Amino acid sequence: MNINTQIAKTYIVTNKKLTGVAVAGVVLGMSIYIFMNSMLLGFDKSSSKSIFKTTPHIRVYKDDEISKPLISSNGKQMLLINPKIVPAKNTIINPAQVISSIRTMKEVQIVTAQVNTNIFYNSGKSQITGICSGINPEEADRMYAISSTIVEGSIQALKGNPNGILIGSGVSEKMSLRVNDYVNITSSKGVNKAFKIVGVFKTSNSIIDKSKSYVNILAAQQLLIESNVYVTDINVNISNPDDAENIATQIAASTGYKAEGWEKANETLMAAQRMRKIIITFVSTTILLVAGFGIYNILNMTITQKINDIAILKAMGFKGKDVIRIFVTQAVTVGIMGVVGGMIMATIIITILQRVYIGGDIGYFPITYEPTKYLQGIFVGMIITFFAGYIPAKKAANIDPVEIFRK
Amino acid sequence: MKILEAKSISKKFIDPVDFQVLKNISFDVNKGEFTTLVGKSGCGKSTLLYVLSTMDTDFQGQLIIDGQQTGELTKDQLAGLRNEKIGFVFQFHYLLSDFTCLQNVMLPALKLGKLDYKEIEEKAYSKLEVLGLSDQALKLSSKLSGGQQQRVAIARALINDPLIIMGDEPTGNLDSKNTKIVFDIFQELSRSYGQTIIAVTHDEDFASKSDRIIELKDGEVIRS
Repeated sequence: MNINTQIAKTYIVTNKKLTGVAVAGVVLGMSIYIFMNSMLLGFDKSSSKSIFKTTPHIRVYKDDEISKPLISSNGKQMLLINPKIVPAKNTIINPAQVISSIRTMKEVQIVTAQVNTNIFYNSGKSQITGICSGINPEEADRMYAISSTIVEGSIQALKGNPNGILIGSGVSEKMSLRVNDYVNITSSKGVNKAFKIVGVFKTSNSIIDKSKSYVNILAAQQLLIESNVYVTDINVNISNPDDAENIATQIAASTGYKAEGWEKANETLMAAQRMRKIIITFVSTTILLVAGFGIYNILNMTITQKINDIAILKAMGFKGKDVIRIFVTQAVTVGIMGVVGGMIMATIIITILQRVYIGGDIGYFPITYEPTKYLQGIFVGMIITFFAGYIPAKKAANIDPVEIFRK
Repeated sequence: MKILEAKSISKKFIDPVDFQVLKNISFDVNKGEFTTLVGKSGCGKSTLLYVLSTMDTDFQGQLIIDGQQTGELTKDQLAGLRNEKIGFVFQFHYLLSDFTCLQNVMLPALKLGKLDYKEIEEKAYSKLEVLGLSDQALKLSSKLSGGQQQRVAIARALINDPLIIMGDEPTGNLDSKNTKIVFDIFQELSRSYGQTIIAVTHDEDFASKSDRIIELKDGEVIRS
């Protein structure tokens, strides 16, 4: 063993209390850092997951257009006073071709057409307003994982059954409708149609559960008195949801329709997420920094205590960089012990929290062991402890032994 | 053979007041000489010793140790030179209290790194044995009496077989019995092993028994 390492080791072992306090500081900082960052990621994942239960990564639709002058004549500025939305149909022209052109994109995983319409649920005299989504059951299930929310019946029964309907649990409760009952639906176009309930779903989002229903896309087109090429939305899921905005721009450019990423569609949620990120990053980094200051203080104290030792070592021929090595070794050793302890502690905290039931939309506390956050913690922790050791060590290296001996 | 040459060494303190502490000091020390630096408090003898020890580099003049101009060396090179060629014994023992006596003695040799660990350990043992401390070797240095600690410090100064041993009041903190022991050791080293020793002392008795006395007064050599 190198002599500097040996001296550092002796200092660590003989000052067990100080070492213990320093290590405990790092353990605390480290575990909170990893835990809070894992929690942040868990929150993000869980909120994205709940968003993706009802929202596709990218939604392609025909946006309303504001009327413009027909002729844009040379040089003259034409003005329309009081322009309004063009009363055109919100339908995508030739959806099959648009879908296949989107499918050719490499990142795209699922593309499915959808027809949304506002409806009334009628059962006897009671009436509830709601939204009906006409879907292709298989594709939509892959996109929204509808089958995971089904509490009664199944989505399988919707396939190939143009009269089948999946209703939310809120609707089912209010109208006391069960699987195999019939529900009468009135569309915004005044079409009345009876559907057989094949399943009930519960997303834990009460607004959705109280209003939403799924039917086959053909049935939805019938409700709107439209042909089978009438499609209001094309929903797209991609391999990496974080690329949504980017790919949405590409889709918009290639199809000419408006393509909106989920982040834009959920701007409020995203803003809350960003805010949460800033706060948690700030707090966890501060805690780690405080742990770093702990090491710094303790090392500073050790150096003040050992100032005679340092002077004598220098007199015996130890160089400045030897002194730096001794104290940096000490700091880094404390750092390693603290980081390892912190990782264990964080794992324990996460394990406990994973077993805490929150309820509602979330279920169990949304936190997982995040390897990237562990690595990040190790990295940041070691850098902070290194500098917390290096700064006082540098000071110790500059001690003039003669000054100490004179006292 | 000249081991140490001091050529017109001067040193000035500026803080807190302008004060010429060493004035144009020149002398040689030959191999095997047991030299004592004496003088009243504040005459500059300790300052001179620190200059000679290469720890204090802030002076005018030349210092040649073993034919090497020290002014040409960097701080790190000077540290290497101290490690190899100079052994120190201080007034207040200055052992590392967290280490055992044996480890304290071994430190300079481990730093030098010329021998392997086992050899250094054996050598340290034999040095402690010479000084009659082999039974204390594994005790923490802070558990020893003052006289014993000073002897451990001497053993540590000897571990690298230095050219020169420098002592700053090596007996200053000891009672007469221990002073005698330490002095006898110094004399023994000088007589039997031809060890060069430069020691600062204000103990007349101690000085009178050495080979050579250099007396300082107000920063000047008045007897050498």
